[in-house]
Amino acid sequence: MKLFFHFGRYFLLIKRVFSKPEKLSVYTKQILYEIDKIGISSLPIIAIISFFMGGVITIQSAFGFTSPLVPLYAVGFTVRESMLSEFCPTIVSLILAGKIGSNIASEIGSMRITEQIDALEIMGINSAGYLILPKIVAGVVILPFLIAISMFLGIVGGYIMGLAVGAVTSYEYIFGIQAFFEPWKLYYSFTKVITFAFLITSISSYFGFYTEGGALEVGKSSTSAVVYSSILILIFNFLITQLFYT
Amino acid sequence: MIEIKNIHKSFGSHKVINDVSFVFEQGKTNLIIGESGSGKTTILKLMVGLHEVDNGEILYNGENFPTLDLKGKQEIRKKIGMLFQGGALFDSQTLEENVRFPLDMFTDMSKEEKQERVNFCLDKVQLTNKNKLYPGELSGGMKKRAALARAIANNPKYLFCDEPNSGLDPKTSIVIDNLIQSLTKEFNITTIVITHDMNSVVEIGEKILYIYKGNPWWTGTGKEIFNTTNPELLDFVFASGFMKEIYHAVKNK
Repeated sequence: MKLFFHFGRYFLLIKRVFSKPEKLSVYTKQILYEIDKIGISSLPIIAIISFFMGGVITIQSAFGFTSPLVPLYAVGFTVRESMLSEFCPTIVSLILAGKIGSNIASEIGSMRITEQIDALEIMGINSAGYLILPKIVAGVVILPFLIAISMFLGIVGGYIMGLAVGAVTSYEYIFGIQAFFEPWKLYYSFTKVITFAFLITSISSYFGFYTEGGALEVGKSSTSAVVYSSILILIFNFLITQLFYT
Repeated sequence: MIEIKNIHKSFGSHKVINDVSFVFEQGKTNLIIGESGSGKTTILKLMVGLHEVDNGEILYNGENFPTLDLKGKQEIRKKIGMLFQGGALFDSQTLEENVRFPLDMFTDMSKEEKQERVNFCLDKVQLTNKNKLYPGELSGGMKKRAALARAIANNPKYLFCDEPNSGLDPKTSIVIDNLIQSLTKEFNITTIVITHDMNSVVEIGEKILYIYKGNPWWTGTGKEIFNTTNPELLDFVFASGFMKEIYHAVKNK
C-alpha cells in the first residue's frame, strides 16, 4: 500500500513541478545554474571513469579473444558496442544517480527541515516548480552531452591503452570501432540517457521534498533517493532494451 | 486586518486548536502568546496555509483564505512577509540575493530599482554594507534581521513573525522587537508575532491573544496583562520569580 502512496504523491508532485512558472527569467537563470552544478561538476569523474573503463575493456577483449578465428579488429568493435550500448548510458547513469541524486535529495531535504521551502510557499511561489523543474530540465539537457563525452573518452581510452600495452594496432582498432555500425543504437542509448536523467532528478527531488524531521532524515532521504533511482534505472533499462530489440 | 473565526485543528485524534477567534488589527503589533506546545505556531501555520483548518474561517480583509483555490491563496501570500524562527534564509544566496528574491519573482522593477530597494531594506534592519555575505557567515541576530529585511522587501500588508527572539540575547531581542514595531507603524502593516518572551509582551504587545492548551484563554494589551486574575495566565506571566519581583517592586513604588 505504501508503494501506491508514494506513486500517487510522486505523480502529484510532478504535476505541480510542470505547472506554469511564476517568472521565466528566474527559472532560466536557475536552469543554467543547475546545468553547471549537475553537469559541468560531474565531468571530471565521468571522464576519468570512462577513459579507464575503455582501456580495461580493450585489454580484456584483446587478451580474451584467444581463438584465431576472431579478428583483432573485434577488440575495437567490442569497446564501441560496450561503451555505446551499455556502459556509458547505464553504468555512468548509475554512477551519476549516486553523485547527483544524493546531492539533490540532501539539498532539497535540508531546505525542507530549515523551513526554506515553507518560506517559498508563503511568498506565493510554487516551491515544487521553482526547486525541481530547473533540476529536471538541466539533467535532461546536460546528461546526453555528458554521456556523449563519456562515449568518446571511453573509445579514446581504449585506443591509447590498447596501443600502450601492445594489445591492438592503431589500424585494427580504428577499423573495429567503425565496423558494422548501426545508427539506431545511438537513438537507443540516448533514449535511455534522457529517461534516466528524468528519473534521477525527479526521484531524488521527490525524496528531498518530502523529508520530515532533522539531519538524520535528510541522510535517509539521500540514501533512498540513490537506491530508488538506481532500481528504476535498471528496470527502465530492461524495458527500453526490450522495446528497441524486439 | 485579519480575522480568524472559530478555527479548529486536530492532528489525528489529538485536538490542537479548539474554537479560536480573534481580530488582528492593521497598524498594530498583535501577539499570540502561550507556553511551548500550546498551539501558537499551529495557528500561524493555519493562517498562512501551511496547515489546513478543520473548521472555521480565516479572513484577509474579508476574503476567506482556506476556501480560495491555489492561485487565490498565492495572490494573498504575495502580500505576506514572514519571519521564521530560524530565519529560513536561502543558504545558496547572498544576503542581497535573499532580499532581492521576492522582487525578482513578483515585480517588474529595473535592476537599479531593485538594488535601491534591497539597500533600503538592509539599512532598515541595520545591515548596511553586508550585502555580499552568505547566511552561513551571519550571527543569529543578524540572520533574524536579514530575514526581516527579506520579509518587508515586497511591501507586505501582513507580517508574521514566529518567535523572533528565540535564541537571542536580551539586547538583540530588544533590537528585533523595536524593528518589528517601527516597521509595523511606518508601513501600517498588520503584524502578528508569536512569542513567549515576556519582555516582548510588555514592550510591543498592543493586542494580545493568550492560548492555553489550544484554547483562547485571554485577550488584552501588554499593559493589562499584569492586572489579570486568570490563574493560567498569571502562572505564565510570573513563571520567572525575577519577573514577579520586578512587578511588585514597580507596584510598591
